[in-house]
Amino acid sequence: MGQDIKVIVFKLGEEEYGIEVDKVQTIERILPITRVPKTFAFVKGVINLRGVVIPVIDLRGRFGLPEAEFTEQSRIIIVAAEELEVGFIVDSANDVIDLNTDIIDSPPEVVGGIKAKYLDGVARISEERLLIMLNLSEVLNRNEIIQLESLEG
Amino acid sequence: MDMNQYLSMFIDESNDHLQSLNEKMMELEENPEDISIVQVIFRSAHTLKGMAATMGFEDLASLTHQMENVLDLVRNNKLKMQDFIFDTLFKGLDALQSMVQDITQGGEGKEDVTSIVANLQAIVRGENPLASSAPAAASSAKTSGADNSLQLDEFQYSVLEQSIAEGHQVLYIEVAIREDCQLKAVRAYMVFDLLERFGEVVKSHPTVQDIEQEKFDRSFSLYYITQKDASELESMILNVSEIGSAKVIALDAESLRQMSQTGASEAAAAVEAPSAPAAVAPAPAASTEPAPKSAQSGDAPARKAAAPSRTIRVDIDRLDVLMNLFSELLIDRVRLEQLAGEIKRTELTETVEHMSRVSTDLQNIVLKLRMVPVDTVFNRFPRMVRDLAKSLNKKIDLVVLGAETELDRTVIDEIGDPLVHLLRNAVDHGVETTADRAAAGKSETGTVQLRAFHSGNHVFIEIEDDGYGVNREKVAAKAVKNGVVSAEEAKSLTDDEVAQLLFAPGFSTAEVISDISGRGVGLDVVKTKIESLGGTVLITSKFGQGTKFSVQLPLTLSIISAMLIKLGSEKYAIPLSSIVETGMIKRDQIRSLHGYTMIPYRDAHIPLLSLAKIFDVPDFDEAAEEETEIVVIRKGDRLAALTVEEFIGQNEIVIKNLGKYLPSIPGVAGATILGDGQVALIIDPNTFIK
Repeated sequence: MGQDIKVIVFKLGEEEYGIEVDKVQTIERILPITRVPKTFAFVKGVINLRGVVIPVIDLRGRFGLPEAEFTEQSRIIIVAAEELEVGFIVDSANDVIDLNTDIIDSPPEVVGGIKAKYLDGVARISEERLLIMLNLSEVLNRNEIIQLESLEG
Repeated sequence: MDMNQYLSMFIDESNDHLQSLNEKMMELEENPEDISIVQVIFRSAHTLKGMAATMGFEDLASLTHQMENVLDLVRNNKLKMQDFIFDTLFKGLDALQSMVQDITQGGEGKEDVTSIVANLQAIVRGENPLASSAPAAASSAKTSGADNSLQLDEFQYSVLEQSIAEGHQVLYIEVAIREDCQLKAVRAYMVFDLLERFGEVVKSHPTVQDIEQEKFDRSFSLYYITQKDASELESMILNVSEIGSAKVIALDAESLRQMSQTGASEAAAAVEAPSAPAAVAPAPAASTEPAPKSAQSGDAPARKAAAPSRTIRVDIDRLDVLMNLFSELLIDRVRLEQLAGEIKRTELTETVEHMSRVSTDLQNIVLKLRMVPVDTVFNRFPRMVRDLAKSLNKKIDLVVLGAETELDRTVIDEIGDPLVHLLRNAVDHGVETTADRAAAGKSETGTVQLRAFHSGNHVFIEIEDDGYGVNREKVAAKAVKNGVVSAEEAKSLTDDEVAQLLFAPGFSTAEVISDISGRGVGLDVVKTKIESLGGTVLITSKFGQGTKFSVQLPLTLSIISAMLIKLGSEKYAIPLSSIVETGMIKRDQIRSLHGYTMIPYRDAHIPLLSLAKIFDVPDFDEAAEEETEIVVIRKGDRLAALTVEEFIGQNEIVIKNLGKYLPSIPGVAGATILGDGQVALIIDPNTFIK
């Protein structure tokens, strides 16, 4: 038997993604972002979240998807994991659902252009609705990014 | 019972007690005859033992107990403090400290202390003839003295004495509750209630609190002032149900004096049966055990009063949260001020102004909350220096000045290790051996001064010894050998410059590698650490007369004065500490030399750097301007100029880090939150000057 978990659902383009609720601190509308020079391209800068400075990354950029303009629906999901606090800019975030870990299947190689290692799996919620579960620790893994950057640089 | 919630309290208090034990032991070592110090030590040890036992740390408790036994003998003049006793006790303290350390790190606080315990027991048994009978006396004291005796402190005694003089009845009452009684505390309470209706209980044994919590055997005794007759009271007490016996004895001045000198129960017996020789034999017995009792109840308030201020412990994270929330409030304040300005209603403006003043005061307090006296770091040094000096066979006085100087908690946490290093260095390499000192015509005992003081926005900590001083030839030779400088360079250096070479990486002048300093970790580590705290360290030295290390530290790591500047739509903060001046230059003043852009500054040319280019600022380019604002910055004695678009003004800013996720960015020291709630990056100009 799997566990019942609560998942925050957000969108990048047409795909729906999920992050476990207990990893999410808060969801904010787009706040003023201060650009930080000389860092990864997908790091949009830092925000002031009630007195704490938190870096925000564009999740589209992180996954190598084309970046998009912010809209009224754009949100910053503040996640806290592995002692890191980071904001994810997503196209929209407007749902919390309950699901059982049993319905999460291991991910195919590439889903919606995102490499499998960033994913925990795919949850089939209904016939036509798939939820892609993020593997937060891989998404936040900086070593890989640093290697990537040094290769490019 | 879940002890976890008490654990942190236990750890904090244990550390306090250990600290005070260490300090007092040092004091006692200076004045081995001063029994009052022993009393304080004994009390601390006793409390520690009690706490450890309650928390279930048996090893800690039993070791403390053994130490207490030794101290008990000393306290009662049955044992004279000697060097080996000090050493054993210090070893015991170290063991206690490491146990508490272990507990702090989540361990069980277990440690093999059998050898120390054996030593302590040997001291208690004592080859010393004076001590031979002592343990017996002490243990018998515990059994005989513990059950039922009262010790009056001076104040209580004088109250009773006065009452007698004023014609009140002073009674000594002993009440025993029947053995089959189920609710002893209730019966005892009824007796107290009864007594308090007709007079005043001056002192009871056990204490009222203990009685209420049923922490007594079957009987209790008390001193009582009333107008009632002794026999009348006796029958009243006996009327309370389940009271087995009540003994009420009226006292006069003479019997009171006798009783206060001896144990109460013995004296009471003496009053009833005058033939008993109460004076000599029971006296030490009675005074042994009640002393800590009365010490705890009687002296505890006095000790509190002596402490400089009453404090509570607050988690530093909470202070950070408070600070964050408070800066949020400041942002709202700015917004309110703007609104009030727009709306232009006097009442509103006045209210907002008042709020501004209050919040300014509040801000000062919040900032002060983080300040801690350097004593919290300094207090472990006397002990350390003592041990070092002893192991090196040197005589050293450590003089600590300005321990009350306050520093930000974050600095305090970081500065300990560098200071330990410098002090070890001073004791090991600085001060000469006793023989060398005598040969040099100095007093046998070397002095190491540890000073802290405020100056401007900085705190200075100086460590000065009156030892060898820096030997220019040796240091220069070593520096040349290790390739730090070339032989020619070494010759041209001033004495002070040679001294600074000690901070060069991998430098250690000690010819013999001792286990105290010179473990291959040089003073360069100290320098790096201090610089990472935003401070500097300098050596000044006179050969043959001594060496002084001065460490300059910022008052706080979290707040600095900065110049806010604008580049296009972006704002940045430059720490004032690295700004030499601000100015303007015209485009035609800019030269190109060897591929660098330079500008004339005073009598020289300094490089001109474009902040906009360094930071890839998208919407500003100074090349388009005829005249540009510049900030002249400094690193050491090198200067450079940064171009900016506009100065916003000088401000006190709170330094925040950028979050752990971002790797460190060259040129950016951190971030701050501006009055409008926006984040501005703090520039680290040092990285621009190579």
